[in-house]
Amino acid sequence: METFLQFLFGGLTVGAVYAMVALGFTIIYNASDVINFAQGEFVMLGGMCTVFFSLWGLPLPLAAVAAVIAASLVGVALNKLAIEPARGANVVTLIIITIGASIFLRGLAQVVFDKQFHRLPSFSGDQPIDVLGATLTPQSLWVMGGAAVIVVVLWYFFTRTTFGKSILATSHNRLAARLVGINVEVVLLASFALSAAIGALAGILVTPITLTSFDAGTMLALKGFAAAILGGMGNPLGAVVGGLLVGIAEAMGAGYLSSEYKDAVAFLIILCVLFVMPSGLFGRRGTERV
Amino acid sequence: MPAWLMQPRTGGLLLLAAIMVLVYLAAPNNFYLDVAIQIGLNAIVVVGLNLLIGYAGQISLGHAGFFGLGAYASAVLPAHFGVPPLAAPVVGMLSVGLLAFLVARPILRLKGHYLAMATLGLGILVFMLLTNESQLTGGPDGMAVERLRIFGERISGKDWWYLITAAMLLLSVWLTLNLIDSPTGRALRALHDSQIAAQVAGVDVARFKVIAFVYSAMLASLAGSMSALYSGFVTPDKAGFIHSIELVIMVVLGGMGSTFGGILGAAVLTSLPQFLTVFAEYEHMILGAILMAVMIFLRRGILPSTLDLLARRRTG
Amino acid sequence: MSQLAVEHLSIDFGGLRAIDKLSFEIAPGTIHSIIGPNGAGKTTLFNLITGIYTPSEGCILLDGEEVTGLPPHLLARRGMCRTFQNLQIFERMSAVENVMLGRHLHESKNLLGHLLRLPGVVEENRRSRAKSMELLELVGLGEQADAPAGALPYGALKRLEIARALAGQPKMLLLDEPAAGCNAVETQEIDAVIQTVAGQGVTVVLVEHDMHLVMNISNHILVLDYGRKLAEGTAEEVRQNPEVIAAYLGQQAEEAAAHA
Repeated sequence: METFLQFLFGGLTVGAVYAMVALGFTIIYNASDVINFAQGEFVMLGGMCTVFFSLWGLPLPLAAVAAVIAASLVGVALNKLAIEPARGANVVTLIIITIGASIFLRGLAQVVFDKQFHRLPSFSGDQPIDVLGATLTPQSLWVMGGAAVIVVVLWYFFTRTTFGKSILATSHNRLAARLVGINVEVVLLASFALSAAIGALAGILVTPITLTSFDAGTMLALKGFAAAILGGMGNPLGAVVGGLLVGIAEAMGAGYLSSEYKDAVAFLIILCVLFVMPSGLFGRRGTERV
Repeated sequence: MPAWLMQPRTGGLLLLAAIMVLVYLAAPNNFYLDVAIQIGLNAIVVVGLNLLIGYAGQISLGHAGFFGLGAYASAVLPAHFGVPPLAAPVVGMLSVGLLAFLVARPILRLKGHYLAMATLGLGILVFMLLTNESQLTGGPDGMAVERLRIFGERISGKDWWYLITAAMLLLSVWLTLNLIDSPTGRALRALHDSQIAAQVAGVDVARFKVIAFVYSAMLASLAGSMSALYSGFVTPDKAGFIHSIELVIMVVLGGMGSTFGGILGAAVLTSLPQFLTVFAEYEHMILGAILMAVMIFLRRGILPSTLDLLARRRTG
Repeated sequence: MSQLAVEHLSIDFGGLRAIDKLSFEIAPGTIHSIIGPNGAGKTTLFNLITGIYTPSEGCILLDGEEVTGLPPHLLARRGMCRTFQNLQIFERMSAVENVMLGRHLHESKNLLGHLLRLPGVVEENRRSRAKSMELLELVGLGEQADAPAGALPYGALKRLEIARALAGQPKMLLLDEPAAGCNAVETQEIDAVIQTVAGQGVTVVLVEHDMHLVMNISNHILVLDYGRKLAEGTAEEVRQNPEVIAAYLGQQAEEAAAHA
């Protein structure tokens, strides 16, 4: 029981990070139909910027805020400079553009920062907490709590604020949104900024546990994409559930089977789910109209 | 110019062969020949992958897995099962074809991003198997490959492999162009634009998706086997998801639905990093920027977009 | 015996019953029109008959055999071809290749032969192209044969779909609003094509809003309203059916009576 709980905590911690990356995918996908494979780079930027801003003398909390702002600006720039000029291009072409952006941002981080691994101090010490015989680090709580806060804030934003609702409306029907006077360009900018900010936050929260480096984003983007697909692309609830499931599958696979095959467990589960539910767990289904 | 020479199957193949001869004659040293062989090996995969992605409209982010299986077939079969190195690629191709056939139906029921995810997952599973079954595969460090012998003659060296790669690329392009301009090819292309209309015309959509998937997987396996025999060593990286993505980038960069465009894409993306090394740490930034710029300004791919521009200039 | 028989056919879309216990028969070699106001379920009915949708209840008999739930490509093998109200064109292929695809079931399936481009395949391609050219001429698109289909205007694509459907050498041809968006001349051309095809013994099932076209060429008319059969009969019977006049023809019929 203790070991199970131990694995579960581990899984929920990574899962919370995947959930945040998957939410980032979802927000951009809903606003623009683009799968943004540079999503992992936002996470990397969050961690790396915080590390270097504090190295350059900013106190940690301020460095974190500055990192989130920096990542959001990168998100906005990505939309303005790479996505908007290619509007109307084939979906696969757009994906390749975001992969180009991801390579570019990795290269940029390599030049501006360096190629070393970096860590941040844990936010509130390293004294583990005992829960029913399993241990939980305070930083894990920060990650899970951070993800929970983000989910609640997003829920409030999308269902209770006019601006959030106008983003949702745009995702359902761009033309109709334009017709009722929603500024679609602003919605797009906001979505990229928001998505980047969430990614950066995830990066800041998890860096004390996993370390970060210029190329930390690739694997996270892969897992986040897997999580978003598992949940059903475009569904924020699905993204969160998908993220947690992928994290738990990994942790259980590593714990009970073998650490070499931990990723295999997650991907096997996703394949099996897709064979039964071709639009993921909570994806939109519908009859094709002809 | 006579009309028959303007056909892709005649003029295009002749032009490709001519370029191959020129590259061989002009290559100043073995380094360039090596790059050319790498281009050729990638191009063989891309020709098949373009049939799947560009013509039939079915994405795959897992084809490096098939490439890797082909590579390891050349390594593992002779080392552990006594299969002669010359037969190993054939056994590999047939096994990969069978594997692709078995998984194709459930996987290709999926659409769009879900299909991308499923093929990605499949590729990663293959990668994990190759990395972790170290008794057979040597694990993450890879393993040596027994050299190819034909009539007792040891086939190694750049000249031999340039010849073999060029011949195999020409063969796969010829086969693929034949297929595209046949009833099977029309059915494949039809399901890209409208699966419903294709079905209503009697096309068994699942069957043709399977054909494109298996065909592209077998070409990937062949290229993988050749690559292993050529370099004398295999590592799991070649089966990894980064390589899968690179292969798709080659297709899209060169031109989806253009066989020769895909080859151009393979040439550009394989050689670019070699030449960008002079920019040292700026290499990745420049590669990413070039990729974005090409896809924004030549969004249909280098070859189709350039041909469009030329045609427009001629008529306008 | 009827060629197509539909019995108690129903389909629901999340609580909405789009077709409601519909039964009717279509005799071979006739032109059978289905009319009704927008949303009456005409296209849904087509999608059911051609296997794109699976009915919630009821059954469909083709040549006396039950075909309910068969996928479209198997129905195509039994001689059923159709066009689409919202065009389904292979835009990346040329016009003639679109029609050649329509011949899919009459072409060889020899994959190895296709790969190696055996002489038989070359010959077959040539024959397919020649036959497709004839059909393009028939619908008046002979000139545009090698143009990319995506570049053709709407009216041309409507006719391209008809040519593609004809290429399957159907025993039953379902046309979903073939004249929609076409001008008077094009409509007349389509009218002529339908008559020609029907003259060759092909059963034509037609969904069309152009009442002039429908009344002119139909042997039999089925009137749908809210997924149910409102009336059925010859053009004359339908025209004089009081329910049809009230529900659908209303205005038009009164005007026609006033002119007469």
